[in-house]
Amino acid sequence: MGEKITKIQSLAELNKIKEEEIRRMSIQDGVRIVVGLGTCGVAAGAQPVYDAIAEYIKENGMQDRVLLEETGCVGICQYEPVVEVYEPNIRTTYVHMTVESALRVMKQHIQGGNPIAEFTIGSSKNGR
Amino acid sequence: MYRSYVMICGSENCSSIPGHEHLYNEFQNQIKAAGLEKEVMVLTGSCLGICHEGVGPNVAIFPEGSIYTGVKPEDVAEIVYEHLLKDNRVTRLLFDETVTIGNARSVEDTEFYKKQCRIAMRNCGIIDPKNIKEYIAKDGYQSLYKVLTEMTPDEVIDVVLASGLRGRGGAGFPTGRKWKFASGNRGKVQKYVCCNADEGDPGAFMDRSVLEGDPHSVIEAMAIAAYAIGSDHGYVYVRAEYPEAVEHLEIAIAQAKEYGLLGKNIFGTEFNFELEIKLGAGAFVCGEETALMTSIEGKRGEPRPRPPFPASKGLFSVPTILNNVETYANIPPIILKGAEWFSSIGVPSSTGTKVFALGGKIRNTGLVEVPMGTTLRTIVEDIGGGIPNGRSFKAAQTGGPSGGCIPASLIDTPVDFDSLSKIGAMMGSGGLIVMDDSTCMVDIAKFFLEFIVEESCGKCTPCRVGTKRLLELLTKITDGKGTMEDLNRIEELASFMKDNSLCALGQTAANPVLSTIKYFRDEYIEHIENKHCPAGVCKNLLTYHIDPKLCRGCTACAKACPVHAIVGTVKNPHAIDTSKCIKCGSCIEKCRFGAIERK
Repeated sequence: MGEKITKIQSLAELNKIKEEEIRRMSIQDGVRIVVGLGTCGVAAGAQPVYDAIAEYIKENGMQDRVLLEETGCVGICQYEPVVEVYEPNIRTTYVHMTVESALRVMKQHIQGGNPIAEFTIGSSKNGR
Repeated sequence: MYRSYVMICGSENCSSIPGHEHLYNEFQNQIKAAGLEKEVMVLTGSCLGICHEGVGPNVAIFPEGSIYTGVKPEDVAEIVYEHLLKDNRVTRLLFDETVTIGNARSVEDTEFYKKQCRIAMRNCGIIDPKNIKEYIAKDGYQSLYKVLTEMTPDEVIDVVLASGLRGRGGAGFPTGRKWKFASGNRGKVQKYVCCNADEGDPGAFMDRSVLEGDPHSVIEAMAIAAYAIGSDHGYVYVRAEYPEAVEHLEIAIAQAKEYGLLGKNIFGTEFNFELEIKLGAGAFVCGEETALMTSIEGKRGEPRPRPPFPASKGLFSVPTILNNVETYANIPPIILKGAEWFSSIGVPSSTGTKVFALGGKIRNTGLVEVPMGTTLRTIVEDIGGGIPNGRSFKAAQTGGPSGGCIPASLIDTPVDFDSLSKIGAMMGSGGLIVMDDSTCMVDIAKFFLEFIVEESCGKCTPCRVGTKRLLELLTKITDGKGTMEDLNRIEELASFMKDNSLCALGQTAANPVLSTIKYFRDEYIEHIENKHCPAGVCKNLLTYHIDPKLCRGCTACAKACPVHAIVGTVKNPHAIDTSKCIKCGSCIEKCRFGAIERK
């Protein structure tokens, strides 16, 4: 991480980190994207999906408004790889992602502002 | 291959609306003008099925599936330039249903999620497990601060006691009582706090997900437990087969140390706590508490008799508490929100929630966390989405190889510790394997027993020899050589093993056999008396026949048979020599006429 870390000694210090982090995670005028990289996600091929999204963000200079992170298993192992997009008050769950479909999400949803209904969990038939 | 397809509805309804006849050419012209003719294809398709709206002509754009209604030739340019070129939607023309995305846009909107209640898995799939700050953002380490600065150790134990939390590893012993037993002589003797992350039940992966997705919740809870009993050292015993869980835990421990949340003088108080990881080599018996501690000590992972219980003489012969991953993950919210909040969830004798790893013959496999007392029906039908392939629910196995089955007739049983024990099953650590009518219950009992025979550590005779003899009796039955007397012998041997085995592995090894005999006795008797497996699973009880009326004599089966058991001449019905047949099923796969029968 590089930054200097001081040991937390008080509730005020703990809460300061909490507030800063809440602000960072709900980045203003942007989105937070999480890719499930638990064992189930990785087994289903989530790592290339994560890498493709990271590359896309870099190529298009979107670092300021898109926060990409990994996360654990949200419980829907059968739908992995799962990519979730958090915007103010809206959560979108994309399922069975591939590199191609993830790049379309980046282009159409993240850049174009148009979520792709057909990739969301609601449009997916149960399981594969 | 085109990037996008424009499909103009060609139904009679849409075609009859003035302007429809110009749409195709107008799209072609505008697409050409925009320079997209190599990327977009225009088609006239069949009815899109929304004619009743009376708003045609309708135009759909694929692959995104946007549907525009009431499209006039003068709208085409806008659709091409906004949608196809810039990837923006022309919302004024969008059919309503495509404007808002159904009602399951996120996982929270699905039936799968709505009936769940997430406490232990509150952060899984939400936060970045490799970043301690995200855990802090979700109220992480607030509970640890609270206990260290506002509560006495006894008050912490009282809260855990009052919450009614019971161990999530399987046995369901009240967590607060365990802590209380180990709380004497604080500060005078060395004590240890251990976490059991040696998840070994086939089909169970709840603990792995919590460790991978939210490792700090376990670390924080272990520090709280250490404060409560007066310990300064902890071990997480995790199986080496979970490399990602181990990695996330290592990162989390290192970060917690950097931030001063592990180590000396946490939050500037007198409290110190060190945490170490111990890797297990994948022996099932090491999930048993005494064997686990023996393994941490560096010895062969074998159980030892209880008493003395670990709370008085545990790891390195000093007072020790051992709780399961999921149990720990419940602790921080209990401290923060209070015992009353926690005990209001679930049922009085089993408070809170339980995480299940849903697997087997079910549509939605994955992890579900439900309030205790939720019926099996809700879990299987509503959350799990039911049984696929048009089959029906036969039974569910809880508790893995130590547990029992719940038959379809008891599907409305509330899933909590006491209701499950009452019907001869058990909560177990949370594996929930769903079986449909193509499952043979004798075969399932045999499967779990084979696992136990492999995993028995061999220290005590009732388990080492008993499980082996039990498996032989079951194999006799599935081979069609069983007698009714064998059933009695099984029950006799099972009760002996229960009373005389050294640890829970042997004491519970016969549970899958006993519970399947209890609920599916007819199936056992059918195997014994009629040499017949109703589910068509037990290979030695099956025979293959060719129906001469359906057989066309194509010889495909004879060619596929690896042991030349099928005889016959071209265009004449074939026959199977059952004495040569090895029941591999190759002939059934090849037969195009459905002439081969297995029964």
